[in-house]
Amino acid sequence: MPELQGFGAQLAAGAWVTTQVAVYAMAVAVVLGLLGALAKEAPVAPLRWLANLYTGMVRGLPELLVILLVYFGSARLLTTAAGWFGHNGYVELSAFAAGVVALAFNYGAYLTEVFRGALHTIPRGHVEAGLALGLGRRRIFRRIVLPQVWRVALPAVGNIFMSLLKDTALVSVIGIEDLMRETALAVGYTKEPFTFYLAAALIYLGLTAVATLVIHTLERHTSHGMRTLSS
Amino acid sequence: MRWSVILENLPQLLHGAWLTLELVLVSGVLGLAIAVPMAIVRCSRFASVRAFPWVYIYFFRGTPLLVQIFLVYYGLGQSPWVRDSLLWPVLSQAYWCAIIAFTFNTSAYTAEILRGAIQAVPEGEVEAARALGMGRVVTWRRIVLPRAFRIALPAYSNEVILMLKGSALASTITLLDLTGMARTIIARTYTPLEIFLAAGVLYVLITFLILGGFRLVERRLNRHLRPRTGH
Repeated sequence: MPELQGFGAQLAAGAWVTTQVAVYAMAVAVVLGLLGALAKEAPVAPLRWLANLYTGMVRGLPELLVILLVYFGSARLLTTAAGWFGHNGYVELSAFAAGVVALAFNYGAYLTEVFRGALHTIPRGHVEAGLALGLGRRRIFRRIVLPQVWRVALPAVGNIFMSLLKDTALVSVIGIEDLMRETALAVGYTKEPFTFYLAAALIYLGLTAVATLVIHTLERHTSHGMRTLSS
Repeated sequence: MRWSVILENLPQLLHGAWLTLELVLVSGVLGLAIAVPMAIVRCSRFASVRAFPWVYIYFFRGTPLLVQIFLVYYGLGQSPWVRDSLLWPVLSQAYWCAIIAFTFNTSAYTAEILRGAIQAVPEGEVEAARALGMGRVVTWRRIVLPRAFRIALPAYSNEVILMLKGSALASTITLLDLTGMARTIIARTYTPLEIFLAAGVLYVLITFLILGGFRLVERRLNRHLRPRTGH
């Protein structure tokens, strides 16, 4: 790679921020997805309605709109909420937090559907066997259901992470200094937009390639001892 | 919350929604026109022939749409060769830059969907066509492609919805699509929650519109599969 007129380090720093946003957002999204999947299977109807509203709504909203809504809209909600607790003054999420929350909110909806599908593949007998052994509900979920859900869902989760990684570019719009924003700054100095956006594109390709590798490794690890068609 | 602000600005939002629909429709049709030959070439027996669509698809699916838009909008003007060309009057307009970026992006995803569908066409049907004396071209035109379109339709409707959501990025290059219009109104009224929520509802409505359209197409394409009523 050419030295990019001394902006290489800046782009690398941006790529690191991009990675952080993606990983944090994914972690929160996995939690939201599991909660969503459990809510969709819950015996309580209002919980199911809430989860259906969540996934239905997010599927129709552009990611960019959600990011803008969370960043600009959350300030007013938070300020009002803080008012109820006796705090007078302006409260807002940092751009980083808003970006992570917005991306997680978005991808949590997709993960909800993935985890729900995966939950259905666990035979009832496994839960019953756990009950017969005298395990509690919570422990059955953690020790028997969750590890299997994880294995079944992993390929789809990997695909979703790829989309999320690319969508992190959107958080540059609210001022997070990720790869996209650092590139825009470099373009501002050098007036070479094509060179730099192409470099950014290649760095994103590199990041997705690394992510693919990690996901493959995880898949191999979780399917230890599983029979596959090829083996 | 000031709900009246939504009503006051509804005509403008609808105006933005119209541009959003236009962007999706135009780039959708152009993208499909590129995707079909791309998918056919992608199914070639020769690895060297398959390589070009592979690189194209890998690049456009592996990089963020935002990078692609910036690459077209800011990047192309970098070379004097482009600025002096006959195409410059087109390439210097944000509208056409958005169309170009969306077209390339969706054509890559669509080509991959079509490739999957082409490979899912039962071998027996192709053999039956051969047995009836159809040549390669006729078999593709009469058997493989119509079957592949039917198989690909549900996945393609998802891709169009994703394109609708991606079209919000047009607002980052000054276009007043639904998101861009919402941002402009908010800059004037400072009511982010109300206006972004209204824009979100419009996006969901457009989603329903598109899904409804696809349901009609699907019914029409699959009408020979429905049980006959009456006689």
